[in-house]
Parts: sequence; C-alpha cells; structure tokens
Amino acid sequence: MTAPVNVPGSPPVRITRLPLWTEAHMLLRCLAIQGSWNYETMLGNGIGFCMEPALRLLPGGTHSAAFKAALARQSKYFNAHPYLASVAVGALTRAELDGEPADKIERFRTALAGPLGSVGDRLVWAGWLPLCSLVALTVFGLGAGAFTVLVVFLGLYNVGHLALRAWGLRTGWNRGLHVAQSLGNPVLRRGPQVIAPLAALAAGFGVPLALLRIIGPGRALLGVVLAAAVLGAFAIVRLQGRIEGWRLALVAYAAAVLLAVAGR
Amino acid sequence: MMDALVPLLALLPLALLGAVLGLDTVSFPQAMLSRPLVAATLGGTLAGSPSGGLLVGAALELIALETLPFGASRYPEWGSASAVGGALFASSPTPPAGAMSLAVIAAVATAWIGGWSMVAMRQVIARIAHRSQSALEAGARGSVIGLQLKGLTADLARGFVLTLVAAAIFAPLTRASLALWTLDARVSRAIAVAIAASVAGAAAWKLFHGSMPARWAFLSGLVAGFTLLAAA
Repeated sequence: MTAPVNVPGSPPVRITRLPLWTEAHMLLRCLAIQGSWNYETMLGNGIGFCMEPALRLLPGGTHSAAFKAALARQSKYFNAHPYLASVAVGALTRAELDGEPADKIERFRTALAGPLGSVGDRLVWAGWLPLCSLVALTVFGLGAGAFTVLVVFLGLYNVGHLALRAWGLRTGWNRGLHVAQSLGNPVLRRGPQVIAPLAALAAGFGVPLALLRIIGPGRALLGVVLAAAVLGAFAIVRLQGRIEGWRLALVAYAAAVLLAVAGR
Repeated sequence: MMDALVPLLALLPLALLGAVLGLDTVSFPQAMLSRPLVAATLGGTLAGSPSGGLLVGAALELIALETLPFGASRYPEWGSASAVGGALFASSPTPPAGAMSLAVIAAVATAWIGGWSMVAMRQVIARIAHRSQSALEAGARGSVIGLQLKGLTADLARGFVLTLVAAAIFAPLTRASLALWTLDARVSRAIAVAIAASVAGAAAWKLFHGSMPARWAFLSGLVAGFTLLAAA
C-alpha cells in the first residue's frame, strides 16, 4: 500500500508503508489513547496524540502548517471503543498523508466513531472480557495456583487485546477512507455471537467450582449458599436499572459486618 | 511525628501498586491488570500471600463481572481497590473469621470512591483542556502531548492517593472489627460468598439471557460443574 504525500509545487512523494519505528510508536501510543479522556472531548486528544508520530512525515515536518492543521483537526472530540480506535488512528493517518480535503476527513472522522464504539463494546466489553474472566475463574475453581490463574487470564485476554489494536492500526492504514468495509470482518461481526455461548458455558461450569474454593471453611453450607445466591440474583435482576449489584453487595456486606460486630 | 509516618511508609509499596493498577483501569494500557483477580493477587503478594490475595480476588471478580466499562458510563474502579482488599486479607497468615467479608467490603467501598475519583479527575482534565483550547486548536504539538501526559500523571497520582488513604483507613478498621467479630468462620465465609455469588448470578443473567445458545450453554456448564462438585 502506498500513500502519496502532496507537497504543493513539488512532485508527490509516495510512502509505500509507514516506517516500522513510526508504526511501533503509534501502536505504543494507542495503549495510552485514553490518557486524557474527559467528558468534553472524550478520547479526541488521544487520537491526535497517537497520530502525531506519523503526521511528522507531512512535508515540512512538525513546524509546517499542514502538520498543525492536521493535528488540530484530529485532536477534536472523538468517541469510540479504545481498542478499535486504532482503526480510526490508522485510517485518519492515511487520509492525512494522502492529502485528502479537510472537510472530507472531518466527515469521515465523524462517521467512523459510532460503529467503532458499538462493535468494540459488544466484542470486547460484553464478550471477550467476561469470557477471559470466567475462564480464569474456572481455572481457579479447578485448583490452580495464583501464578497460573494470572498467566491464563492476562495471557488469554491480552492476546486478543493486542492483536485487535495492531490489526486495527494496520487495517486502518491499509484501507484509509475505505476502512468501513473492514468492519464487516467475520471476527468483528460474528465474534460476539460465538463468544457468548463460550462465556456462558464457562460461567455455568466454573462459577460453582470457584465458589467451592472460595468458601473454604464454610463448605458444609454450600447448599444454603447456592440457594441464597439464586434468590439474591433474582432480587438483583428484578431491581436492574434502579441499582447496580455491587452497590447492593456493599449494603449487604455492611449489614453482615454490623451484625457480626454488634453481636458481642 | 515519626511514629505516625512509619505505618504510612510501610504502605508505600502498596500505594505504588495501586497507582499502576488505577492507571491500567482506563488510561494505560488497559491490559486488565486492574481486574480484581489480578489486582488482589498482586496486593496479596505484597502482603506475603499470593494465594490469600487470589481468594479475595476471585470473590471480587464475581462482583465485578457485572461491571462492563461501556463508553462514558460511571463504574467502580476495581484496580486500586482490589489491591487494598487483597493486601488486607493476606496480611495475616491464617485469616481469621470475618477477614474475607472485611477485605471485600473495604475493596468495594474503595472501588466506589475510586469510581467517583475518576469522574472528578476527568472533570479536571476537561478544565485543563479548556485552558489549552487555543493552543490545541492551533495544532500545537506540545499542547496535545502535554495534555495526554498530564492526564496520565493525574490518573497515576489519583490511584496512589486513593490506595494510600484506603489502606490507611481500612487496615486499623479491619483489625478493630476482627477483634469484635462474633460469627464463626463457616458462617462468615458463607455469607461473604453468597453475596458475591448473587451479584455474579445476576451478571450472568444480564450477559446471557438474550441469546438462546448462550442459555443452553450456561445450563450445560451448570450440569457439568455440579456433576464435578458432587464427585469431589
């Protein structure tokens, strides 16, 4: 893939690919894309921050008007899933280095945010993360030690995490303004449907085993605990939308502690 | 003066760990070091018992299953909080009755405050961005990079202070509560697990109820899990 760098008054310079150091620098920065996340520009500044190493390739470098205009444009409001934002970083970098018109880039940038958010949320937050967490709980329930559980969880999760970021950056750069077609990739489109049953299987299998290990001295009461858990879960589901489970848990734990301490 | 400083200095390694884990939650690198299973184990390791930290981490992970960090939603910050919970539980070689409940309550309360502190920090970053608006609109490289570094530094400092304060408050509170604890070890642990399992059960329903294959997979897993339990 090539990207022409348009220099007014001089023959166009074509970049066949991003220099390896620049690409690595961008990928590293993508890990910190949410470093200045805020309620006004969301991760907009992060997009500019990640693209900055490549924008230096614009004619005239960091002191040129083209560099400043591009960086200003790319540091405005943007919201997407943080991992899939690397797709935007790659595609927008390509558009800027191709010398696409500013209004076209801005329209493309606006259009890209929504899909990258919803696809990433379903695939990663509602799919991959719970799956890895439940697999690790299963491994824990089967009696693995601390080191093994951590290696399984962090290894499994980050293989997917880093692969997604790297794929996004590379695909965005390769496809440029046509990157939307890549969002139809089977992994992105069908991934959540495949992951959900696997996570459900791990939940059904692993959570009871994990409970047995956590309960330790209370093992004789496991039947009561499971019955209480089913009733508790039902109550939380009924209350869904009004209060989160962790808040209810905090209240329940506080009540249990008061009961235990005041009993003296 | 020195007497007061010594306990705080002892908490510094834990506070540094909490800072790194707090940073991982959103800012850098989101590698899920901040998940309770990992963070509590690391906290427990600092206190001398990785397996103790793992035990609390697993209980907290069950509670955190429902926390999906969607977009701009507000959620508990489990990284720094779980390190505190793991360290509290692991600080005695044989955790007494009530130690798990107290470690979990300390972690969940810290996660709540941590979530609030993330919101406050994001508002501060927005104000900093607002002050640099003209430079950002002019495409000043230093301003874009500077804003990112300020945000990362603020998040690191937030996690450090949160962990230090939470550990300084909950460590003596836990010791005092354990001295007054009346429930026996079996009941104490059963209550702690039942509450965590309730939240996990609700989270599982939330995640899987919309998909028929997932429902069947969940039921199949349950049958296999309970068969293994019965055989154990």
